[in-house]
Parts: sequence; C-alpha cells; structure tokens
Amino acid sequence: MKPEEIIDPANRVYARPRLLTEVNTHYCPGCSHGVVHRIIAELLDEMGLEDRAVGVAPVGCAVFAYNYIDVDWVEAAHGRAPAVATALSRLSPENLVFTYQGDGDLAAIGTAETIHAANRGENIAIIFINNAIYGMTGGQMAPTTLIGQRTATTPYGRRVDLNGHPLNITNLLAQLPGTCYVTRQSVHTAPAVRKAKNAIKKAFENAMAKKGTSVVEIVSTCNSGWKMTPAQANEWMATHMTEHYPLGDLKNE
Amino acid sequence: MAKIKGAVTVNKERCKGCNLCVVACPTDTLSLQPLEVNDRGYHFAYMSNPDACIGCCSCALVCPDACIEVYRVKLD
Repeated sequence: MKPEEIIDPANRVYARPRLLTEVNTHYCPGCSHGVVHRIIAELLDEMGLEDRAVGVAPVGCAVFAYNYIDVDWVEAAHGRAPAVATALSRLSPENLVFTYQGDGDLAAIGTAETIHAANRGENIAIIFINNAIYGMTGGQMAPTTLIGQRTATTPYGRRVDLNGHPLNITNLLAQLPGTCYVTRQSVHTAPAVRKAKNAIKKAFENAMAKKGTSVVEIVSTCNSGWKMTPAQANEWMATHMTEHYPLGDLKNE
Repeated sequence: MAKIKGAVTVNKERCKGCNLCVVACPTDTLSLQPLEVNDRGYHFAYMSNPDACIGCCSCALVCPDACIEVYRVKLD
C-alpha cells in the first residue's frame, strides 16, 4: 500500500491539537516547551475545559505561551504566577487555573510566591519546566543548574563553594501539607511524553476537584543554552539531569 | 496477525529540522532532507523509507512543533 493511499482523514490517528494556534512558536528547534504546550492543548481539548481554563504565563522563554495555546491567559510579573493564579482561582472557583513556569521564574525570583501558594494549598496546577539554565537571557546559571555544569556565567562549571547547591524545589514543595500531587516527569521520548501527559491530566483533575496544589515538574532540555544538538541534549538530560532530579511521583494523595 | 501500515505527513513549513522525530522513530522511516530547505532555512523531516512506517506516533509525540500527522491502516 502506498503512503498516498494511507493518508486519508479516515485513517488519521494523530493530528495537530485544535487548541494550538497556527502561529509558529519562537522556541529553538527541539525545545521541550513545544512538547509541553502540545500536551496542554491536547488535554484541555480532551477534558472539555477549553472555556474554563485560565493559564498564567511566566517571564522567560514561555512568556508568549498565550500566543500559542488558544485559551484564556494572564501574563504575570516575573515569578508572581502562583500569586496571580491564587487570585484567579479564588475569584472564579469554577475555572481551571494553571501556571506555566520555568526554573528561573519558579525557583529563583518566584520562590516565595511558589512556596506560599503551595503551602496555602491553592487549587491550582503548577507546571514547572526545569531546564537548569536561564534560556531566554542567554544561558546563564540558574538555581537549578547542576554541579559542574557549564553555563554562560559558570564557564568552568558550577562550583559548590562559589555558587551553592542546585535547588531541588519540587522536593521542597512535596514536604508542604498544601500540595496534593507532586511529580517529576520528562518529555524526551514517546513513552515519557505519554507519562507526562497523564501527570498533567491528574494535576488538572486535582485543581478542578479542589484538592489542593498540584506540581508537575518537567525535566527539560535547553539545547541552545547547553550548546548541544536537540538529540544530544535529550541524552545529556536523561543521563545527568535525572541523577539530581529523579523522575517519578513524589507525592500522590 | 493483521499487518499494520502507517504513513506520516510533515508540515514542512512548520518543521524546524530538530531531528527529534528521526531519533524517536523505531523503524528508521524518517530523515531530514539532506539538501532541500523550507522557507525559513531548515532541513525539514520527510519519509525517506515510507514502507517501514507502522504508524506508531512516536515521531508525532516528540515533535515540539506539532507538525506531524500520523495515519494508520490495518491490512488483513
């Protein structure tokens, strides 16, 4: 059978999600953000939450997330997404409120907002993209950068005596009584993408069921910041990042 | 056992040539265009070995730009 005979709408098993806009993303080729955007667009469509979903966009590479996923968005000041999401979820409790944040946003400037929102147990889903680097500003060291990892501001590798230890904020959030679901996933292979999708689905369900704060960390890549090809970055992530940020559920209540 | 045949289409203008689908494909169906580029200068992905495709969706799942559509038929 020729491909032309197979390519027919009746045989289609996978298509571009309806909620992704036609705009081309500004992300670098191979960036994990695109995959997570696609997962969110698919889930909101499948769960029928298109009209009730409100996302809070961060500052960082994902700052234009509101241009790419066709639901309601609010753009928060740097790191303040959980605080804005708190107001949104309290004022309109019938809505699904989720934040989409990178590690510079959530684990650096927004640490206080994140921890307090999770400690209060706000009914929001936090999607945390951890690529261990400040991607948007040119690949500087982030709090999550691994020991020995080379970045623009640690050209000889991150040193503990000078730069401190990598911050594992997801483990920290799992300790808080306000969180109901804390998990760490990745999107570097097809099975991992399926698992990440299930995790985000559970986080959205928890937010709708008012069970508390759900945190889904996606251990991601920044191939341009890491100075690698997308495939090399995925491999590096799977071998090095998962050592310090092991994948799996940390809390599931 | 029923035989499964698949095929994919790549939106070549949207593709950024990141090569992740080529790495993810278990049957080596996909490759990047060696010479041709799209309007933005990327070597886009295409089915270089269409007979091998089993329509498993691995390429579409890892594609960051959602430019791959997957089709599948069951042959008796």
